[in-house]
Amino acid sequence: MRWGVAVPDQPLVLGFETSCDETGIGLVRGHTLLADALATSMAEHERFGGVVPEIASRAHLEAMVPTVHKALADAGVSAGDVDAVAVTSGPGLTGALLVGVAAAKAYAMALDVPLYGVNHLAAHVAVDELQHGPLAEPSIALLVSGGHSSLLLVPDLARDVESLGRTVDDAAGEAFDKVARVLGLPFPGGPPIDRAAAEGDRAAIGFPRGLSGPRDAPYDFSFSGLKTAVARWVEARQRAGEPVPIADVAASFQEAVADVLTAKAVRACRDHGVDHLVLGGGVAANSRLRALAEERCAAAGIVLRVPSPRLCTDNGAMVAALGSRLVAAGVAPSAPDLGADSSLPIDVVSR
Amino acid sequence: MFVLALDTATPTLVAGVARWAAGQDTEVLAERAVPSGNRHAELLTPSIQDALTDAGLTMADLDAVVTGLGPGPYTGLRVGVVTAAALADARGLPVVGVCSLDAIGSGARTVVTDARRKEVYWAAYGADGDRVEGPGVVRPEELDRPGPFVGDPAFTDRLGAPVTRADVTTAGLVRAAAPQLADRSSARPLVPLYLRRPDATPPTTIKAVSKA
Ligand SMILES: [Zn+2]
Repeated sequence: MRWGVAVPDQPLVLGFETSCDETGIGLVRGHTLLADALATSMAEHERFGGVVPEIASRAHLEAMVPTVHKALADAGVSAGDVDAVAVTSGPGLTGALLVGVAAAKAYAMALDVPLYGVNHLAAHVAVDELQHGPLAEPSIALLVSGGHSSLLLVPDLARDVESLGRTVDDAAGEAFDKVARVLGLPFPGGPPIDRAAAEGDRAAIGFPRGLSGPRDAPYDFSFSGLKTAVARWVEARQRAGEPVPIADVAASFQEAVADVLTAKAVRACRDHGVDHLVLGGGVAANSRLRALAEERCAAAGIVLRVPSPRLCTDNGAMVAALGSRLVAAGVAPSAPDLGADSSLPIDVVSR
Repeated sequence: MFVLALDTATPTLVAGVARWAAGQDTEVLAERAVPSGNRHAELLTPSIQDALTDAGLTMADLDAVVTGLGPGPYTGLRVGVVTAAALADARGLPVVGVCSLDAIGSGARTVVTDARRKEVYWAAYGADGDRVEGPGVVRPEELDRPGPFVGDPAFTDRLGAPVTRADVTTAGLVRAAAPQLADRSSARPLVPLYLRRPDATPPTTIKAVSKA
């Protein structure tokens, strides 16, 4: 699959992503995606109901060289053709990040090309350029996954990304995982809840919308109360000996999440006079979130950009895409003592 | 041939360059031993670069890469192993992994290093220097070996016997790798010696959020 238009004199960037359970290696030239190779240890985490850091780190090491080979083969290039290396330096799981950082540093050193340690969240925004071309700047970005829930203002993706709000407790994706567990659905919870919700009534149960009162932080999120409300509701049914309407619970829960996320994103656009919204992260693959975002953006005159589900989840292409942006913008490469920062602040696009 | 040797199994990372040929004495051309604690990822590639510069060589001069496979604290250990794998892959070089304990001390000895959680990694070696037991992980009080002990002296008290300080060296890594360097078909896959299973416990059954 190819997106965008190849420009032969643009540098070839090799991207490494290992912040969680996906070993992602991407190759990008300009805004053109050449390869997006992925290995995942998700199956090994399933029985634990969440990502186990040590298992993820071991899997990254095993998958690293084979996944690089797959990316090079898919792109039809050799390692010697690579002009720059980019790697997720944070935020994420430290042990997992360090496998990618060490590998990327070694490839950059061995190939004698510059290295860019990049911010995972900014990379989620950059990936959309592979599909829809250069980002409108400023844009608002809404990033939601199992690891993050952030609302960003992006005046300049290569140098200036500002945090407007974030979750104060659980990430949106975590709420999906926990609700799925309560409903007896598999981990990760996003896809099975989305499927179950398709058969349900999203207005059946009025679950709470966290932090949406007039005095609440306008761009912050909270999903802990929602998760608890769903668990209480289900328990009450079970105690009463009544069947749990899984489809209705899934649909009503999903509606509460999508409602809050899109309302806050649209408000951020309005407040900042920005008319472009980009979605990213695994939860952006949720069908109701996409539909509601489209509806509300259309009503508000906002251009909505959503990468394909495959590019919304963690991958190496997003890192290569941001690397390509940094090279084009003339941003200085990282120092040789680059490390990982599990809580890298969002305003640090590269380090 | 020029061999790059590296190890991150202990708090002191090692990056060295040696000239090696089958049946001849190994000549260590440069070595950087950096007390780096948990900053292996930050400091390893600069140390490799420094060692190459000290030796008057570049990456292009290398013929093989040797790396310690541990045992050692996992996060740091993986930095060395993945660095060796990536360097070798990018340059099209053979890469050889060795037990890091084999590269500590020489002759008859029992090597002990810090395994955290009040345990030591250990291995025992015969008079010819070959490993006869281990590697293993054990509480030092339960390590019933005669010594002499070399490695981390911090365990002297708990072993009830003196531990002479000794570290991973470039010479030790290349010595341990010699059989695999001489016969590439004997090279084993680059798998770290974790010795422990990952810490991972399935979540307990879902707790009720409200009391019945
Ligand atoms: Zn992500």
